[in-house]
Amino acid sequence: MIHSLFLVNSSGDIFLEKHWKSVVSRSVCDYFFEAQERASEPENVPPVIPTPHHYLISVLRHRIYFVAVIQSEVPPLFVIEFLHRVVDTFQDYFGLCTEAAIKDNVVVVYELLEEMLDNGFPLATESNILKELIKPPTILRTVVNTITGSTNVGEQLPTGQLSVVPWRRTGVKYTNNEAYFDVVEEIDAIIDKSGSTITAEIQGVIDACVKLTGMPDLTLSFMNPRLLDDVSFHPCVRFKRWEAERILSFIPPDGNFRLLSYHVSSQNLVAIPVYVKHNITFREGSSQGRFELTLGPKQTMGKAVESVLVSSQLPRGVLNANLNASQGTYTFDPVTKLLTWDVGKINPQKLPSLKGSMSLQAGASKPDENPTIIIQFKIQQMAISGLKVNRLDMYGEKYKPFKGIKYMTKAGKFQTGMQRPHVSCVKA
Amino acid sequence: MTDSKYFTTNKKGEIFELKAELNNEKKEKRKEAVKKVIAAMTVGKDVSSLFPDVVNCMQTDNLELKKLVYLYLMNYAKSHPLCTDCEDPNPLIRALAVRTMGCIRVDKITEYLCEPLRKCLKDEDPYVRKTAAVCVAKLHDINAQMVEDQGFLDSLRDLIADSNPMVVANAVAALSEISESHPNSNLLDLNPQNINKLLTALNECTEWGQIFILDCLSNYNPKDEREAQSICERVTPRLSHANSAVVLSAVKVLMKFLELLPKDSDYYITLLKKLSPPLVTLLSGEPEVQYVALRNINLIVQKRPEILKQEIKVFFVKYNDPIYVKLEKLDIMIRLASQANIAQVLAELKEYATEVDVDFVRKAVRAIGRCAIKVEQSAERCVSTLLDLIQTKVNYVVQEAIVVIRDIFRKYPNKYESIIATLCENLDSLDEPDARAAMIWIVGEYAERIDNADELLESFLEGFHDESTQVQLTLLTAIVKLFLKKPSETQELVQQVLSLATQDSDNPDLRDRGYIYWRLLSTDPVTAKEVVLSEKPLISEETDLIEPTLLDELICHIGSLASVYHKPPNAFVEGSHGIHRKHLPIQHGSSGPAAPVDQPQVIPSQGDLLGDLLNLDLGPPVNVPQVCSMQMGAVDLLGGGLDSLVSDPIIIMHPTLCGWKNIIYVLLSNSWSGPGLISVDFLLLLAVLNFCVLQVWLPAAKAKGLEISGTFSRRQGHMYMDMSFTNKALQHMTDFAIQFNKNSFGMIPTTPLAVHTPLMPNQSIDISLPLNTIGPVMKMDPLNNLQVAVKNNIDVFYFSCLIPLSIFFVEDGKMERQVFLATWKDIPNENELQYQIKECHLNADTVSGKLQNNNIYTIAKRNVEGQDMLYQSLKLTNGIWILAELRIQPGNPNYTVKNTLNEKVCPNLWPVLYNIIWMQLWMYYS
Repeated sequence: MIHSLFLVNSSGDIFLEKHWKSVVSRSVCDYFFEAQERASEPENVPPVIPTPHHYLISVLRHRIYFVAVIQSEVPPLFVIEFLHRVVDTFQDYFGLCTEAAIKDNVVVVYELLEEMLDNGFPLATESNILKELIKPPTILRTVVNTITGSTNVGEQLPTGQLSVVPWRRTGVKYTNNEAYFDVVEEIDAIIDKSGSTITAEIQGVIDACVKLTGMPDLTLSFMNPRLLDDVSFHPCVRFKRWEAERILSFIPPDGNFRLLSYHVSSQNLVAIPVYVKHNITFREGSSQGRFELTLGPKQTMGKAVESVLVSSQLPRGVLNANLNASQGTYTFDPVTKLLTWDVGKINPQKLPSLKGSMSLQAGASKPDENPTIIIQFKIQQMAISGLKVNRLDMYGEKYKPFKGIKYMTKAGKFQTGMQRPHVSCVKA
Repeated sequence: MTDSKYFTTNKKGEIFELKAELNNEKKEKRKEAVKKVIAAMTVGKDVSSLFPDVVNCMQTDNLELKKLVYLYLMNYAKSHPLCTDCEDPNPLIRALAVRTMGCIRVDKITEYLCEPLRKCLKDEDPYVRKTAAVCVAKLHDINAQMVEDQGFLDSLRDLIADSNPMVVANAVAALSEISESHPNSNLLDLNPQNINKLLTALNECTEWGQIFILDCLSNYNPKDEREAQSICERVTPRLSHANSAVVLSAVKVLMKFLELLPKDSDYYITLLKKLSPPLVTLLSGEPEVQYVALRNINLIVQKRPEILKQEIKVFFVKYNDPIYVKLEKLDIMIRLASQANIAQVLAELKEYATEVDVDFVRKAVRAIGRCAIKVEQSAERCVSTLLDLIQTKVNYVVQEAIVVIRDIFRKYPNKYESIIATLCENLDSLDEPDARAAMIWIVGEYAERIDNADELLESFLEGFHDESTQVQLTLLTAIVKLFLKKPSETQELVQQVLSLATQDSDNPDLRDRGYIYWRLLSTDPVTAKEVVLSEKPLISEETDLIEPTLLDELICHIGSLASVYHKPPNAFVEGSHGIHRKHLPIQHGSSGPAAPVDQPQVIPSQGDLLGDLLNLDLGPPVNVPQVCSMQMGAVDLLGGGLDSLVSDPIIIMHPTLCGWKNIIYVLLSNSWSGPGLISVDFLLLLAVLNFCVLQVWLPAAKAKGLEISGTFSRRQGHMYMDMSFTNKALQHMTDFAIQFNKNSFGMIPTTPLAVHTPLMPNQSIDISLPLNTIGPVMKMDPLNNLQVAVKNNIDVFYFSCLIPLSIFFVEDGKMERQVFLATWKDIPNENELQYQIKECHLNADTVSGKLQNNNIYTIAKRNVEGQDMLYQSLKLTNGIWILAELRIQPGNPNYTVKNTLNEKVCPNLWPVLYNIIWMQLWMYYS
């Protein structure tokens, strides 16, 4: 099981360590640092590193490496999932998961880690239960604690751990009962220069914020459940019911949680919401190049494409770019050669374009005319897969809750422009 | 003074006083104080309030004080708050207490926690039971023996049948952790009832519990296909879990039980279909999750390619994937490449070859080559893609491309030579040994079609000694090929390279290969042509597949570290050396044993075909067939001379010369097939090769892939065991150690076996183990039998070998003449033995000289009736003298041996002498 955890910042310092069994010397991290040095980019550090007596399994989140030390055969995914859970918990508690936030709340962090793992076995990883045990720090509570000398440790013991629905605490009470569901889809795509799709897939999630009194039992049904053939559910969802009737039936945790995530693969037809036309040319022997890029909406069912951001890594030979944006602003960093264009909203009547010339290093050979273009965007009120919620019902409680469903599409990894284009959409 | 004084004081505020004394600076005072506390304790006073102060005193080097503190602790541990909390009415307090208990890592104290723990394991509240289950694992970590003695393992096993799913999950987790340090006991006794309990618990426990239960299920062997199917049905819903570790553990169970399902059943086909989406979903997770998933998918794709054959697109590399994900995706792309998708794959690969990361680009270029070899229809497209890439003139792209083009030439000979001209243009830019060697090979192979082949090769010759061995060997071979193809113009060149290789080089492989070519060319050019230019076997399409048995084992370990490293767990996980290897279940029932699935044939990546050495030089090849053919040759050659030494004389050559094995094999099989011829020319070869004879003591088949061959020698007055360890398994070997059984001469190793680096697959290592004879003595039969145990990380292996007696002949074995004469007469006749050595055409002086080299000394020489009589002595390490008389007649040397003690050394001496004289004979030829 998990022996120890080290938190390492991007400059390679261990700023927190926690041991669940005997203490493992921090020198074990030297193997990690070696790998870190070898990696060209921070994210290229391999997730599993063997050392003579231990294995180091790490995840990189928010520019912090969470390095777990294990000694025996443990499923690596088990460790990785747990580490991600730790990160999510920190983020949940402190708003941000940064080195500063962790250092400021080091006591809470220790308390949390102690509760999450017992002798290397996961103990309480549900945010609902943890929050009962250890109250998240707020400014008010910090002030009160300083004056009264009390702590964040809850007075009560987590009653939820005893029940058959361990994800929900008992005795929940709200004056306003509400349940909101966000259907968020990210489209990952690779699109080639001619505009045809190499791959496109949709990663969708339904995130919920449920604040309901008592023990509500919810059911959620879809207009087109057939879209969901590749899904992962929160443990609260009754799988049998889904198999049989394609209805999501569950007793929700209290507060925010991810109800399900799904994947619509490239085998289904995936609509591509934007197109890019670009023309980048360099003449042999000349120190000038032309740059033209136009964006347009496509298959958006009439919804506006917003927060559009185009970025591209121009070839190394480009010294500077003198461009003219029909809307929004662009920047070009002559050092990293990164061109970014903050477009904003696409107006279908007047398509945004970016045109102009680039100056090249004299004498350099003709650069690549197909740099990768990465596009980010958001589309509100639409799930690009076409997924639609049919109805949401509540059983088990008498009151009438307030219900709401929101849809949103974002670009995940949306790339285009290369000979083999690559389109990805960004998450909203 | 007695301890009774501690009982005397009885003033008020005693506790307070004690407290002050316990915190006194002086050690003596503190000790006195602790004694007082204990005294108070024994008369039943409550001194528990002093707990923290007493515990403070534990921080000392004073053993007495420490023991006193322990006494106190043990007394109060029973009434310690933890133990009382275990009785608390609130289950959450009870659970908290039992959880904390396991964290006290002090042996003595834990004993007092057994009773409360036992109660908690049977607590009415499931939350307490579940916590107690984990506590057993903690205690086992601290004191395994105690946990067993107290019967906690049985209690854990009972918890598997608990009504609460969380308790079941934790009991399973605790048992699996304990069983890791307990490889032999079958802690988790799985039977259908248990399995049913587990499956029920699976639906209701936490995600972490599900992982433990699924891992446990995967160890179960269902009795028939119906049971397997019903388990699969209940596990399948886990494929939709949000936790990727749960998904992968479920995949493991399903992959394993698929073996048991009939291939034509509907359920089998449905299940295969169900496996694909969750695997694809794993690839949309965080990069770390993707990495582990990809390593496992790599196994799954090899085992059951049909699951993901439609999904090649999800393995297309994304611009911002971390490099470790990119490399893994590339590997899987090639495995999935087929005629149907090759166009897309090639377009992708071409794109990757223009990226920035050097490692990735190289792998992409290599991948194009692998596609060409794998999908014949695409070869032409691949070649033209590679040519395009060469035109980019990016140095490492060009080099990598040339290496793969060489492989394409080997797969499709005489098809694409038109591109050689383009390749030659880039000759100057090649600076890596791999690429240089590949280019040289191409030039040599197609020398007849390259007008200026001689110039090209000559240009490499200039810096011959600065090249790597690989390039040198290839260059030597290429020039010999060139010479055989165009003898008229290249005579000078070939002479140049042969003299460079034989005279100016320190590398035995190179030198010896030079000699072989030289002799081959000078004695029989026709044969040389047949050997060197013989038709080479085509290389196979599937390289670096995992060997099927290992693959099956790894499938049983999906989701584990083993699956990430593609090595069986016992190869690298500490403390699991004894773990049972897992096997895929075998289908029962009418269909008989599971028909072997069509596994692509696995070709080891290091070429072991005989052609390789002559043509490719991929690395030191280790090969079994050669050994067999050598055996025939050698037995012929030695005329049974060594038969008497070993019962099973498999003879191979010294491993530093392992390259030579191939050449000799080629020579034997290609040209000299008549045994009569062999002996003569073979001796010549041996002479050239400075040939040493190693016997295979431990064949690889008997030692899980470890082959040990060796011989004994005596050098500069010391004895050595010269061994060659060859790893013929697929995993690396470490932790070598050697031990001898008691033997007749008390021989033991002087130093431990010095193998410091792991022995990688297909590698050999030569070891010279110094020996001495100061060990325990036990008479063996035969006398020179030695039983040896060799251990490595895999197992312990035993073999026995015969020590040639000659290594026991000590240097001071020359007897004084007078003593010799006196002793000779005293030896009773029954200790005298006579042997005849036939067909030895040596004169007395030569024999005498040669024997002296082996510490057999000539004391006197006489000439009697035209016969030379030699009187000789030798001494063994254990002080036994052996005297001998050697009568030499032309064609019939007669050896009479006498020894001084009435021991049966003599029967063994005969082969020794025979052997020595034969050895001399070989050297004579050299």
